[in-house]
Amino acid sequence: MKRRTFLKNTLAASAAGAAVSSGLVVPSVALATEETVTDPFRATSLDEALKAAGITGIEESDQVMVTAPDLAENAAVVPVEVASRMEGVSEITVIIAENPTPYAARFTIAEGSDALVKCRFKMGKSGDVMGVVKVGDKYYSAKKAVKVTKGGCGG
Amino acid sequence: MAKKFKTRLKVKEKDGKVNVKAIVSHPMLTGLTKDKKTGEKIPAHYINEVVVTANEKVVMTANWGGAVSKDPYISFNYAGKSGDVVKLAWTDNQDNKGEAEKTVK
Repeated sequence: MKRRTFLKNTLAASAAGAAVSSGLVVPSVALATEETVTDPFRATSLDEALKAAGITGIEESDQVMVTAPDLAENAAVVPVEVASRMEGVSEITVIIAENPTPYAARFTIAEGSDALVKCRFKMGKSGDVMGVVKVGDKYYSAKKAVKVTKGGCGG
Repeated sequence: MAKKFKTRLKVKEKDGKVNVKAIVSHPMLTGLTKDKKTGEKIPAHYINEVVVTANEKVVMTANWGGAVSKDPYISFNYAGKSGDVVKLAWTDNQDNKGEAEKTVK
């Protein structure tokens, strides 16, 4: 288990290093001083992603339900369900806080549809899965902590 | 190309709601992974837009990033009836396209 984690971490680190040296990924320090990122999918931190997506003034609400396993046996396939009991939901956003690019998906739903989407996501490491629901001009959110076991043997 | 990415769609009506389920065979590469043999980065390749229409009216649009799992699965409900023609079309970041169509029974 330890060795695998170690291998995976070094691999991730070297990948990130290579990306920085080749100029593909601008280090976050540089990003902070530059203009704001406009594409939320490219944002590398939670705050940036929210800003780029224009999500402000999020209110935590128990009317939003995020369903995901407590323990993800396969980090590459984490089933996530976001639902809401509120009326007039127009957008559902899924954010995976600990991923290299936290902004995972946005679903725009038509009027009269149920505010419920199911989808599967990859997770880099243990962290929160956030569901953000847009009602009118306001945003409501809920969180669910998901633990990721890298060994894949169910911990 | 059409054979490479298979799009499967299932639609089912229940109590005035139509449940749409879909699976697309797609690698969904984030662009952060490396080729184990050569050590080169594998370029990002993922679906970034999915549009589902019922009788040519858009019922759901999904914008995805690389965090969506390989062979993405999606399920949602919309207010509809049997006889609706549901169509799902997707585009990925390398301009591949795919679609599937089903009539609600």
